Amino acid sequence: MSSGLLVTTSPHIKNDDNISIIMIDYLIALTPAMIMGVFYFGLRTLIITFISIVCCVIFEYLYRLLMKKSFSINDLSAVVIGMLIAFTLPPTVPYWIPVVGAFFAIVIVKELFGGIGKYFMNPVLCARAFLFSWPIIMTTWSVPFNKIGLFIVDKADIITEPTPLNILKLKSGVLPDQNIFQMIFGERGGSIGETCSILLILGGIYLLYRKVITWHIPVAFIGTVAVLTYVFHWNYDAVNHMLYNIFSGGLLLCAIFIATDYSTSPITRRGKLIFGIGCGAITVFLRYFGGYPEGVCFAVLIMNAFVWLIDKYTRPRRYGTGGGAINV
Amino acid sequence: MSNTFKGGVRPHYKKEHTFASPIEAMKPSDILFFPLSQYQGGSCYPIVKTGDRVLKGQKIADSEQEISAPIHSSVSGRVIAIEPRAVISGKIVPSIVIENDFLDEKLQNALFVEDKPIEELLPEEIIRIARDAGIVGMGGKAFPTHYKLSKALEKKVDTLIINGTECEPYITADHRAMIEYPRPILGGIHLIMQCLGIKKCFIGIEDNKEDAIATMNSVSRKSDVIVVELKTKYPQGGEKQLIKAVLGKEVPPNKLPIDIGCIVFNVDTCATLYRAVTTKMPLVKRIVTVSGTRVIHSHNLIVKIGTPISELFEFCGGFTKEPKKVIVGGPMLGITINNLEVPIEKSSMAVLAFGLKDDHKYKNKSCIRCGKCIRTCPMNLMPNFIEMYANKGMLKECVNLNVNDCIECGNCAYICPSRINLVQTMRDVKKAILDSEEV
Repeated sequence: MSSGLLVTTSPHIKNDDNISIIMIDYLIALTPAMIMGVFYFGLRTLIITFISIVCCVIFEYLYRLLMKKSFSINDLSAVVIGMLIAFTLPPTVPYWIPVVGAFFAIVIVKELFGGIGKYFMNPVLCARAFLFSWPIIMTTWSVPFNKIGLFIVDKADIITEPTPLNILKLKSGVLPDQNIFQMIFGERGGSIGETCSILLILGGIYLLYRKVITWHIPVAFIGTVAVLTYVFHWNYDAVNHMLYNIFSGGLLLCAIFIATDYSTSPITRRGKLIFGIGCGAITVFLRYFGGYPEGVCFAVLIMNAFVWLIDKYTRPRRYGTGGGAINV
Repeated sequence: MSNTFKGGVRPHYKKEHTFASPIEAMKPSDILFFPLSQYQGGSCYPIVKTGDRVLKGQKIADSEQEISAPIHSSVSGRVIAIEPRAVISGKIVPSIVIENDFLDEKLQNALFVEDKPIEELLPEEIIRIARDAGIVGMGGKAFPTHYKLSKALEKKVDTLIINGTECEPYITADHRAMIEYPRPILGGIHLIMQCLGIKKCFIGIEDNKEDAIATMNSVSRKSDVIVVELKTKYPQGGEKQLIKAVLGKEVPPNKLPIDIGCIVFNVDTCATLYRAVTTKMPLVKRIVTVSGTRVIHSHNLIVKIGTPISELFEFCGGFTKEPKKVIVGGPMLGITINNLEVPIEKSSMAVLAFGLKDDHKYKNKSCIRCGKCIRTCPMNLMPNFIEMYANKGMLKECVNLNVNDCIECGNCAYICPSRINLVQTMRDVKKAILDSEEV
């Protein structure tokens, strides 16, 4: 029949959601923390972020070109990965570090495993873990408002100080120099995007409001860390120990923006809770007993490996069976 | 009671075009078509010949099969042909073509209903009338009502649920019926209760139809019929979802509502049954919502069954622009047609015309594991995993993931940010499983 009418299967309507919109939401949620990073650590952080994002996009483009695969740049997931890699780097890193990180994250972790939705380890954290091959570079923290040269970083210019986590790790009972408000607003040493806790939380609320993420992973993750650090508080005051632990390191950044990555987190709500609790418990363990003061990165990577198992054992109850059903 | 079910989506309902427009009778068309197969179940054979004169309400096709219903002429006129013609489903089906003589001569007491008070009708009589009147489910599925009633009679059903949810976007046919004909609906409800010996009845209506809830409440005040306000969510009108919302019970897999003691009918089916008993006229017309972005004046119409769909659009003032997609039924479950001359069937609740801008394309990007299909699935399925296994041809794993529980509501495809047509995969997998079992 040449009526010119389209014949398709139902449903004939679709919600406006698509992958790019989800990724743009991530970028919107991350931008305030980015601005605070620039405010505290200088324009250098902006350049690092820019390099990281551009490299991620270029590497993805080149890989897809080389492998003759369809292009996926416009889904913007590479941009989000690039931004997050920069967020996990100290502000003093040389400019080749984000390039290496972007290559590892995009080519090795993301694309070699099949691209978005298929990779099983978080590219951002894998890149960070890989970059720990240069441990001194990755642990040279700068003090906020310290002028770091834009292009030539003179070692003498970098005023370093132990991060709050370094102090807590000593288990001495002496709290870090920063007061709790400085911790919340991010006026402390740390990675580019991790310090301003309050804006990270606001970003998380935005993602929840937009239904990009669910509350399960962040709440379970942060909640577990809170409970464990409250109970095992060494020589510290329990409440202070808990608060400093929550607001230091990359916990909030990771729990809200990185651990919630769809590809590497369980798909059901129950699974997400288990995943979050696991991440929290391993984080606290590594912070107490690990070689680095920070535990979040490795905790999430370890739990990534269990996602398939969690997915398998948290399938939704079959409709009409089990609880809520009646036997016939 | 939660008054809803788990999962579901909230599409743009767009009911504002028609929910306030009163039901109008459409002028009869010159030529009407009656496909011999328009329900779930067996098709009919014609009992009239080319050249025969038929009256309005006269039976023109019947079937011996249990799951089937006869077809009646909706006008008086002459049979001009019995020939294969295209129908809504896209198939070519033998159809009776009747030329309207506009005399509107009715066949008196077409259903042989005895003159006695309705209250004295026996269950068997009600079921016989339902069959002879050709009544089928008016909510889209078109399952023969007499068969459903007789099965329920065998199984001892104690709860009747009336589906007034109308959860599909655009459609307002049931909504208007509840406002304009609450008494026939209530009458039909009482007939079914009388037939099955049921004492409890719930009418489930979504809370976006406040006036319908008020109207039904006002007529059912003194009876044992309770109006239940349900959350507006798609697919609230799915049989299993409606039962869950109203009773808090879940129908077990591979079971029917009658297995847990309840039975569901659409509001319009009730009204149709009541009219068949009181006017002694079979099912020959129905309410159809004509809407969509390309229709000039959206309306709710009473249409004679067999009317070509093009005439409905003509009656509504035609199109603003040439439509690119015409859907019979709602946008979530409806069927697209490529030929506007196909006739309205007993289960056609709406005809909608859209342009390309309203259409969307499935891009089938790769799944990003966002989990939205799982959260919205009203049957607790994992559509993304079923899709993964289906792409690899692993049917056994699909069965383990309960793909056969799928009610094909389309939520997964509606919500998917990767624009994967998940529900089509479910349909394909179910069919493949059926085929492999037959071998």
